Amino acid sequence: MILTLAKKELHGLFVTPLAWVVLAVLQAVLAWIFLVRLDTFLELQPRLAQLANAPGTTELVVAPLFSAAAIVLLMTTPLFGMRMIAEERRNRTMTLLISAPISMTTIVLGKWLGLVLFLSLPMALVTAMGGVLLAGTDLDLGLFLANLVGLTLIIATFAAVALYASSLSSQPLIAAVLALGMLLGSWLASLANPDPASPMQLLSVTKRFESFNAGIINSADLVWHAVVIALFLALTIRRLDRDRLVGKPS
Amino acid sequence: MTLRRGEVLGLLGANGAGKTTTMQVLTGNLAPSAGSVAICGFDLADHPVQAKQHIGYLPEHPPIYKELTVDEYLKFAAKLHGLARLTIDRAIDDVKARCGIGDCGKRLLGSLSKGYQQRVGIAQAIIHAPDVVVLDEPTVGLDPIQIREIRSLIRSLAEDCSVLLSTHILPEVESICDRVEILNRGRVVFSDSIAALQEFTRGLALKVVFRAPPPLSELTAIPGITRVEALSANSFRVDRKDDPDPTAEIVERAVREGWGLMEIGPIRERLEDVFVELTRSEC
Repeated sequence: MILTLAKKELHGLFVTPLAWVVLAVLQAVLAWIFLVRLDTFLELQPRLAQLANAPGTTELVVAPLFSAAAIVLLMTTPLFGMRMIAEERRNRTMTLLISAPISMTTIVLGKWLGLVLFLSLPMALVTAMGGVLLAGTDLDLGLFLANLVGLTLIIATFAAVALYASSLSSQPLIAAVLALGMLLGSWLASLANPDPASPMQLLSVTKRFESFNAGIINSADLVWHAVVIALFLALTIRRLDRDRLVGKPS
Repeated sequence: MTLRRGEVLGLLGANGAGKTTTMQVLTGNLAPSAGSVAICGFDLADHPVQAKQHIGYLPEHPPIYKELTVDEYLKFAAKLHGLARLTIDRAIDDVKARCGIGDCGKRLLGSLSKGYQQRVGIAQAIIHAPDVVVLDEPTVGLDPIQIREIRSLIRSLAEDCSVLLSTHILPEVESICDRVEILNRGRVVFSDSIAALQEFTRGLALKVVFRAPPPLSELTAIPGITRVEALSANSFRVDRKDDPDPTAEIVERAVREGWGLMEIGPIRERLEDVFVELTRSEC
């Protein structure tokens, strides 16, 4: 059932021109970053060759690419996720889902999975760009994998936040703004307080990614993502349940 | 409120009386602040998934996704309602044939007319062959031909399942429903069969039309007639008693004295007036 809902969400996303346009722009930006980085690396290469233990392609090209991808997806996931619940409310189609013999949890999980599957598309493209380098050089696959895991977890988190924001409004644009606000605020939390002991670090969604980016898969980070995802999904479920009690027209 | 197996129950009421709210509570879209709902024995609050398996709902605005085709939408609805994968295609064909949307399979829902969207909405409500079908104002906004088709569709639905229907169109209630409940300000003010409602409206008055009407005094003299009122040059409203019933006497006199009887029949108090009276008495 969750998969049925996820497939329907995917279909809904691909039918709108918005998704395609944003994906295209996203890919263009990331490709540009990738090529600029590659260019820089090629210029530096003779000097790096003389250093002992110099950083390789993966560290200088692929890792920054994944880093950029995380930030770009932070900005664009609100746009992808804004319609998920807000528009169903606006078009009065939520009734179909709520009257069906499925639980609210199933509905929320299905929508979240649909968004995550959609976001795995730009992630696959980023991985492909990095993987293409295998044709010319060796890659640090461990670092690559850590980045992959980190990016997967961070987009799953973005998706959960975007879905929750969508449940807060019946206007998709407001949902997008709310999601963007939450994610940007979370990013700035670590930027504004670079002190690693500061509690603000705990709020930052990008801070975790820095470890993955450096090649460290930290169990604390895995738990952090799991907890945050579960939190926002639970909040979404509660929000939808509350609508039933309060009597908002759905 | 009780809905029995195989009956069509009409919920009648002015706008704002609580028809839609009742239906939202019955289908789990709104949680009641007091009381409980049970569908086919399953409590909606304790076993929502099982209870909802037995219900099909068409809300006031058909919950259609404009970007899907009819087939895609019905497939999604079938899966949502837990139909087994192998039976889905046949169920879709059956339901499309029943609702008269057989040719529309590949068309986008956004491009269909309101009447067809309504039919797709009904199709979605019955695709899993539920025991209870809840329809909220199913004929609102349709043209007369579409209305007629939807009504006959609803009548055919009643053969397999119980139907709860809400409307503010009085003739619709008379033509489709077995039982009626009239709501006013959230309370039930009348709950009985259609026959009882019609009895309510049958008054003790006759309408008679003569080609060569007699003078009023002669008519009034007939035993059993309490009052005669001229509606036009040839037609009269005759208020009568139940005993003795002057109807036969009027007919005989008309034939004997050549009044030229064209029409004689009971005047029914209009359903509208009954409705207004019932809903006003609660104020």
